[in-house]
Amino acid sequence: MEAARSADERRSGRASRPPRYSAFALLRHGLSGQPWPRVWHEQPLRPRYDVVIIGGGVHGLAAAYYLAANHGISNVAVLDKSYLGGGGSGRNTAILRSNYLTPEGVHFYDRSVQLYDNLSATLGYNVMFSKRGHLTLAHNDASLRTMRWRAEVNKLQGIDSDVIGPAEIKKLAPYLDTSAGVRYPILGALYHPPGGVVRHDAVNWGYARAAAHLGVHLHQNTEVTGIDVAGGRVLGVRTNRGAIATPVVVNCTAGWSTLIGDMAGVRLPIQTFPLQAAVTEPVKSFLHPVIVSGTLHVYVSQTDRGELVFGASVDPFTAYSTRGSLEFTEGLAGNVLQLMPALSKVRLLRQWAGLCDMTPDFSPVMGPTDVEGFYVDVGWGTYGFKAGPVSGEAMAECIASGRTPEIIAPFALSRFGAGHLVGEKGAAAVGH
Amino acid sequence: MIQIRCPWCGPRGSAEFRYEGDVKTRPDPATATPQAWREYLYFPANPCGPVTETWYHRMGCQRFFTLKRDTATNEMWNLEEAPGD
Repeated sequence: MEAARSADERRSGRASRPPRYSAFALLRHGLSGQPWPRVWHEQPLRPRYDVVIIGGGVHGLAAAYYLAANHGISNVAVLDKSYLGGGGSGRNTAILRSNYLTPEGVHFYDRSVQLYDNLSATLGYNVMFSKRGHLTLAHNDASLRTMRWRAEVNKLQGIDSDVIGPAEIKKLAPYLDTSAGVRYPILGALYHPPGGVVRHDAVNWGYARAAAHLGVHLHQNTEVTGIDVAGGRVLGVRTNRGAIATPVVVNCTAGWSTLIGDMAGVRLPIQTFPLQAAVTEPVKSFLHPVIVSGTLHVYVSQTDRGELVFGASVDPFTAYSTRGSLEFTEGLAGNVLQLMPALSKVRLLRQWAGLCDMTPDFSPVMGPTDVEGFYVDVGWGTYGFKAGPVSGEAMAECIASGRTPEIIAPFALSRFGAGHLVGEKGAAAVGH
Repeated sequence: MIQIRCPWCGPRGSAEFRYEGDVKTRPDPATATPQAWREYLYFPANPCGPVTETWYHRMGCQRFFTLKRDTATNEMWNLEEAPGD
């Protein structure tokens, strides 16, 4: 009876929450001047795990957490060749929204925003989700028409999303240049009030802490060098720290996903493109909503510290290099000044790049593959961060139950053979 | 900005060019299987290292040419030279 109840509690996630922080203890520790303790600890590498997840970003950590919390599978290892959250999970511009174009996409991202809503309480770790509203600007009639289409698809799915005019835009973001005489006048915008930004490092650390508390092993600086496959099924992985036997391998490696896929003999429809972003020096808070312009290839939000975060579309050619370019910075600055001329004196603090795994239809590739035990959660391109929690939840269910959950069925690898592509380019190519 | 050497125009900034993708042979439409078409359409090469690819000098001579590029470092090797060079 006791055992049954604890299994029940484990499934509901209640018994398994990591210890909560108390405001008093945090304050006392802060005043003591002592270094902060680590929120999770390294464990020795076991020779055998039930599930090995390759890639310690938000997708891999979330999958590990939900495997342990929702399905009681805790003999799980997350391997990362570098440090946790060091790839796209720590390089994105931290924007969340669910106003996509296809019903499959809207349904999926809405579940993610729901999970983000309660994430701080679930993980016992403040992820600083700030719902400040999300504006996608339209500079011509064609974009305005697509915005209306998106708004109607969104409303049918119960998402708060509507097209608004320049006067309302000006009220939400007074520093935007909404005058008519500019090169790209603002004709309207798709307004999505539940959209916002979240602290991406806190999401990674929160999942890592909660997963480690449930017994998941997190191995940094552990690079996978090969995957053993025999008779069409996975037997284990080889790493720079030794071999691990496992019946299940999950590929959550974003920009590096085709390299891992090739190790298992699974070809993926993915190309790796760098995406650059930049941040300014902190200025007084003046910009509340997230501003996106697909035509100008730019999106802007202001952090709680006052820095303006800028992102763009992917670089024009493939690369595994994360070096920034002056060409990008100049183009970005020009586009930002078209939207907000008042920023001309603000200085850029730094720029960086992350690797995006782009698919032909701008939708992810999720679920099982032809190799038994080899699962993929890849092809997340420029929109992977906002989907972290729902992807982890769905991948955990997929692995634990052996069935593909309905919410990720449209994103199966087999869609490229069957011709059922999920075209999200209109809503995902630039609009973050 | 990286520089790309066009066989006809010499070294120019990469913004003058358009990346066309890795070089691959188009299957014969009369005999290709659906599987071969899908491979051709959706499954490009994506190595972390040297790859042979096609570029188009859109703001120069408007010619296509192939070169080998290391995707990890953007180091490049021209595979074609203009006639008479």
